[in-house]
Amino acid sequence: MASLPPIDLPAGTSGEGAFDAPVAEPSREKLFDYLLRLGDDSLILGQRLSEYCGHAPSVEVDLSLANMALDLIGQATLFLDLAGEVEGKGRDGDALAFHRDVLDFRNCWLVEQPNGDFAQTMARQWLFSTWQKSLFDRLANSRDPRIAEIAAKAVKEVAYHQDLAAEWVIRLGDGTEESRRRMVDGLDWMWRFVPELFEMDGIAAEAVRCGIGVDVAAFRDDYDRRLREVIAGAGLEPPADQRPILGGRRGHHSEHLGHLLAIMQFLPRTYPDSKW
Amino acid sequence: MYTTEFQKSRDRKVAAIEDPAKLAAFEARVAADEFIEPKDWMPEAYRRTLTRQISQHAHSEIVGMLPEGNWISRAPSLRRKAILLAKVQDEAGHGLYLYSAAETLGTSRDEMIEALHSGKAKYSTIFNYPTLTWADIGAIGWLVDGAAIMNQVPLQRTSYGPYARAMVRVCKEESFHQRQGYEIMMVMAAGTADQKRMAQDALNRWWWPSLMMFGPPDEMSPNTAQSMRWRIKRETNDELRQKFVDITVPQAEALGLTVPDPALSWNEARGHYDFGEIDWEEFHAVVRGEGPVAKERMKARRAAWEEGAWVREAAAAYAEKQAAREAA
Ligand SMILES: [Fe+2]
Ligand SMILES: [Fe+2]
Ligand SMILES: [Fe+2]
Repeated sequence: MASLPPIDLPAGTSGEGAFDAPVAEPSREKLFDYLLRLGDDSLILGQRLSEYCGHAPSVEVDLSLANMALDLIGQATLFLDLAGEVEGKGRDGDALAFHRDVLDFRNCWLVEQPNGDFAQTMARQWLFSTWQKSLFDRLANSRDPRIAEIAAKAVKEVAYHQDLAAEWVIRLGDGTEESRRRMVDGLDWMWRFVPELFEMDGIAAEAVRCGIGVDVAAFRDDYDRRLREVIAGAGLEPPADQRPILGGRRGHHSEHLGHLLAIMQFLPRTYPDSKW
Repeated sequence: MYTTEFQKSRDRKVAAIEDPAKLAAFEARVAADEFIEPKDWMPEAYRRTLTRQISQHAHSEIVGMLPEGNWISRAPSLRRKAILLAKVQDEAGHGLYLYSAAETLGTSRDEMIEALHSGKAKYSTIFNYPTLTWADIGAIGWLVDGAAIMNQVPLQRTSYGPYARAMVRVCKEESFHQRQGYEIMMVMAAGTADQKRMAQDALNRWWWPSLMMFGPPDEMSPNTAQSMRWRIKRETNDELRQKFVDITVPQAEALGLTVPDPALSWNEARGHYDFGEIDWEEFHAVVRGEGPVAKERMKARRAAWEEGAWVREAAAAYAEKQAAREAA
């Protein structure tokens, strides 16, 4: 570590004993990046789900997809506003959502995947929400009270997303021949993006070391167990392992993200002087 | 309105064969402003008129998700995106309560949806116009939800209990929608030259179709008298339209926008605005399904339904398997 910021005793730490000593604050830049990851995951998945509006298989499904999209956009707003605050350059959540290009987005590949059919949409949702639920459970204990507060609120929403998506995976997997085939295909499409969720790079490691972020690798086994349970409940076999696709956390994305951003950012980009 | 008479009624012949004693008792209850409930006796014509009206209203909520859904993915801020998502979600909820209310009259939701997709059932003409700019989202909230409220507030006291109760819940949400729409218009009308242009253009395009939402003029609305007597309707089309104009014109003035009607003027003697002639030829064309994006709307609804068939079948198959497993 080249230089560490001065160590102040942060609120909420006991400071008792050598091993319980307060840890360093992460650098502003790293915390900013970590918050972008959290915010961008929610933003991009919320944007994807909102594409469904009015086109779902039933009115009830339309309602539940819009509801999840709304939760995710709410989370994104909180995380990105906080990211802007941490960055300290006067950018808010809107500036971050609407005025960054692909290379500066920090979401995972999973959330930017196209909706495909409803089975693919639910496969994506289930793999992501199951992960996000475990993440937020732990993030609710973050040493940064702002992050802890957002996660504690969001975890209730995400618990519902996880259950809803798991129910659909089971229903479709164990429904008709056609729905089973589509769910198998949906899982197969999304499977190679799962390892990225558990990637621990320098920024994630630093966030963990400072007690702010979550060691995602630590709940991988628990995640795999949850997946096996639902897949078994759906009467399916787990997909065979695939070569992991990584890079989203460093701004290296699929081709899909650029198109998503082109649509999402069109108004603020076209009329940069306008308030809405 | 979401519920104006778009279909010719054949109800009069049927009314003649009802039991006169039951009919008289029914009419007396309605005249005394009692609610009619699903299990109560009701004339066939009442049942049929209500089924048509409520299902039309439900279809309008569902088709109405499309023009606004068109802008969710392009909403210009996170806050606006969340508000619009919540609004469209509310409209889906309204569709659900209304389908449920209509089902209590003995027609299944699938039958109603089938009637929509075959073109037999109608929905509000307003949703057959395109949303071109973000200001259209403001104009729809302000004018279209505003017109909906104008019509639906009296329906909270309509004679059919389930419909009246659905309207109470719907009206609360519609008034949020209207305020949010108006707020979009306020921001845009006070914004840059581009935004002002979008706001004025949206008013220009949505004004007349909004007035058409109240349905044909009273003298061309032969079922109004019967519907008023049955408390299915509580004010005539022209009365509601006048109220809407009287309330909305000052709102447009407050925005600094111009209502696109050269004949519009305050009539001191009447205590109302006078306004120009509505293009009824256009109204009837849109009712016939010849609106600018009517084909797109129906195509989108049919596609959602057909492409979702395998999902609904899977859900039904799974539920059956579950029931069998539980029975075993
Ligand atoms: Fe509506
Ligand atoms: Fe509505
Ligand atoms: Fe509404």
